[in-house]
Amino acid sequence: MLELFRFPGGVKPVSHKEASAAAPITRAPLPKLLVVPFRQSATGAATIQVVAGEKVLKGQIIGVAEGAFGSAVHAPTSGLVRAIESRMLPHPSGLAAPCAVIEADGEERWVELSPLDPFDSDPEIVRAKIKDAGIVGLGGAAFPSHVKAKTVIDTLIINGAECEPWITCDDRLMRERADEIVSGAIILGRLMAAKRIFFGVEDNKPAAAAALHAAVGGMPPPSPQPLSREGRGAFHADAQTIQVISVPTLYPAGGEKQLIRVLTGIEIPYGKLGPDFGVQCFNVGTAHAVARAVQHGEPLISRIVTLAGNFARAGNFDVLIGTPIDALLALGAPLPDTDRVVMGGPMMGFTLHDTAVPVVKASNCLLAMSPALFPPPKPAMPCIRCGACTRACPVVLQPHELYWYARAKNFGKTQEYHLFDCIECGCCAYVCPSRIPLVDYYRFAKSEIRAREREKLAADLARERYEFRQFREEREKAEKAVRLAAKAAETKAKLAREEAAKVGAGETAIAGEPGNTETALAGEPGNTETASVAPVNDKLALIAAAQARAAAKKAAVAPQNTAELTPDQQAQVAEAEARRALIDAPKDSA
Amino acid sequence: MALGAVVLGAALGFAAVKFKVEGDPLVEKIDAILPQTQCGQCGYPGCKPYAQAIASGEADINCCPPGGEEGIRKLADLLGREFKELSGEHGIEKPKSVAVIDEQICIGCTLCIQACPVDAIVGAAKQMHTIIADQCTGCELCLPPCPVDCILMVPLPETLDTWKWKYPVIEIKSAHHA
Amino acid sequence: MTSYLFIILGAVLVNNVVFVRVLGLCPFMGVSRKLETAVGMGAATTFVLTMACAASYLIDHWLLAPYDLIYLRTLSFIVTIAAIVQFTELVIQKTSPLLHQVLGIYLPLITTNCAVLGIPLLNIGLGHNLVESMLFGFGSAAGFTLALILFAGIRERLEGADVPVHFRGTAIAMITAGIMSLAFMGFAGLDKFK
Repeated sequence: MLELFRFPGGVKPVSHKEASAAAPITRAPLPKLLVVPFRQSATGAATIQVVAGEKVLKGQIIGVAEGAFGSAVHAPTSGLVRAIESRMLPHPSGLAAPCAVIEADGEERWVELSPLDPFDSDPEIVRAKIKDAGIVGLGGAAFPSHVKAKTVIDTLIINGAECEPWITCDDRLMRERADEIVSGAIILGRLMAAKRIFFGVEDNKPAAAAALHAAVGGMPPPSPQPLSREGRGAFHADAQTIQVISVPTLYPAGGEKQLIRVLTGIEIPYGKLGPDFGVQCFNVGTAHAVARAVQHGEPLISRIVTLAGNFARAGNFDVLIGTPIDALLALGAPLPDTDRVVMGGPMMGFTLHDTAVPVVKASNCLLAMSPALFPPPKPAMPCIRCGACTRACPVVLQPHELYWYARAKNFGKTQEYHLFDCIECGCCAYVCPSRIPLVDYYRFAKSEIRAREREKLAADLARERYEFRQFREEREKAEKAVRLAAKAAETKAKLAREEAAKVGAGETAIAGEPGNTETALAGEPGNTETASVAPVNDKLALIAAAQARAAAKKAAVAPQNTAELTPDQQAQVAEAEARRALIDAPKDSA
Repeated sequence: MALGAVVLGAALGFAAVKFKVEGDPLVEKIDAILPQTQCGQCGYPGCKPYAQAIASGEADINCCPPGGEEGIRKLADLLGREFKELSGEHGIEKPKSVAVIDEQICIGCTLCIQACPVDAIVGAAKQMHTIIADQCTGCELCLPPCPVDCILMVPLPETLDTWKWKYPVIEIKSAHHA
Repeated sequence: MTSYLFIILGAVLVNNVVFVRVLGLCPFMGVSRKLETAVGMGAATTFVLTMACAASYLIDHWLLAPYDLIYLRTLSFIVTIAAIVQFTELVIQKTSPLLHQVLGIYLPLITTNCAVLGIPLLNIGLGHNLVESMLFGFGSAAGFTLALILFAGIRERLEGADVPVHFRGTAIAMITAGIMSLAFMGFAGLDKFK
């Protein structure tokens, strides 16, 4: 028997699971209109692949995974795409995002499916299959499974703890479809070359654990030959490597890091993930979906949803993704005093703004609430620093300190107290004698910090671009100066040549000293200066006379190349003229 | 006494040379807080010059409307100064917006491209221009040069990526209210 | 040896420079808003005060007393302290520009910090020798730093507290300082260390 460990903290709320766990899973009827959001999880979106008016088949891909954390989206039934439009999502914000509105034709015609033999396919192909099937974690976070299945690990944990009160969808799934869950687990185990697989099931679900036991015992041993890639696929299913383990019922035993701690004793520290320690964790629903996708080729287009709380007929339903929650709620016959519906459980769920929103891949439970069943919270009272939250925290944080700083909006301090280790399980708020909605403060602080980080990134980008622009302007200025200088030199040389030719032809007397004339005409002060300080001799008068003649000639001949000058060039010409005038003046007086 | 003063003065003079500070790392710290809008509303030609002005004590910390109260608070914190209200003469805090060119009206004059401090406008002479929204800082510097007033400032809508949990509204009530 | 320990402990706790002698309140209220600043200020003051005690003892003992210049004591101490403070400022500006900026006006103001002048003068009054003077200076400065750090910690927490509007800011800080002062009176019971 495996030694079990305990995670710190935790609470034991009343489970309330009996009502919905009693009845078998019922297939929900096909609704007339399905609304499939292209974005199923917080991390990634899908690129839209259909247009309004297009006919789609059941299981046809309508959105392909976008980016590293995206996941594919499929048509849940055959029919007509009525529109691609923004619809409200089941999200705490109540914001809208692009969705495909599909009108079911009732024929449920499947797209052509291509199953794989999981024991005779390359792991990359199996992983691609999981990606194409749009499989995400069905425990609630909806993180794309193909991303999680990338690493090589030691221990694969299949999470059937289902610790949150009221929710029973995993319980019923394990009881009724244990074989497929085990197949899915083995496929995932092979993908990651896991040496052992643990099924963690809370001990308040003995029937589910028994079903898994039976399924593990009855699994045919998979094909023994290992796959080509280094060591992968060498997994053998036998009694030693697959174990179904009952874990003590304690909320939040179904948290990923908590279950890893309970089953393996590994405590994953801040900033690390399971694979860093050779452990990876998948929900039982995810394992089931993997088995369906690989063995049958079916993409993830439906999931089990628990209807619990204020219903006349609570139970579990096999629901197509995109089914309006309104229609689903009607199946459970909510009692008339139902005042709100929560998606998820009472500990971590959020109230839906509107029940017209569709079921998404993360919808594990719809909890109908009434004032009698869930009395509205009494007003919160001041924190008395009793420390009850600290004892309940499963990640050993100091919730009252986090609360204090989150409330004061001192976000730097909240990060010093490791706010981002908080899994928002709600244990602290559950035990708080002052009834402070602690998790709300943590969520507020987290999203503020994330927003600041986004702003910081944007500011850094802007700074970089601003500095580059300045650099570019400097460079352009320098280049322009070089260009102008080259042009001026060229003009100067040309003028000089012309003048030299004229002077050479007209005046033999000064032919011996053409340099001076040239420089005087071109307007270069350096040389002229030497000329002016040169010892006075007879030639000087001659030169001056020749210059005067040359100037007169030049004035008579209009400049040829000044017709279409840019303002800059004109300015330069004017400057040169001015310099020339200055140089000529003293000579004339001399 | 006088001799003592001379000795101390000489020692200090030596220390001043020995511990001379080169560069100013404070400017970098201030610049990191500023929003990098490069809008020039503070009266300086960009965020860095404003940071330099703050560091040298030339400018006050409350001249940056895009940074808003939050930015002033951070600057006050960094520099150990008192928080001040945003000074009205430099403008008011506005919701974050990006510029959008009405492409029907744009005549392709390139004036806005020259005005943009972060090169977020793409276009060429006599070609329609467009703004890269991700890179636009919302500085509004492209608005005045536009001869046909085809640039609009559009506030950024809230999306699933930018949505934030609100501050919990459940009031802490004293015991006698409960 | 024990007498030295008594001097330090007495200066830190029993006769805490801020809470019991009520000296150096200006930086105590001024730079106690953040913990890091408080630590920086405490370190700077500790350095200045220890050096000032040593320097003032030497000046008093070898310069003022032999030449009968006792009436210049306060004046010459201030000049010495001013020089040490200036030196410290230069060093901090070089090593930690941010701390320099944060301490701002309070750094040069150590010059006029009554604790820094008061402790050397007390030293003379208590007839301490050089080592005792320095220990007393160091102990007093450590007491100042302790008070500053405790107070900064409390003020950081106070930022998140629901303080009634009229008490916010300096008012609640004064009240806090008063309560802390009362608490430090408890150390008067450590009779030996007086």
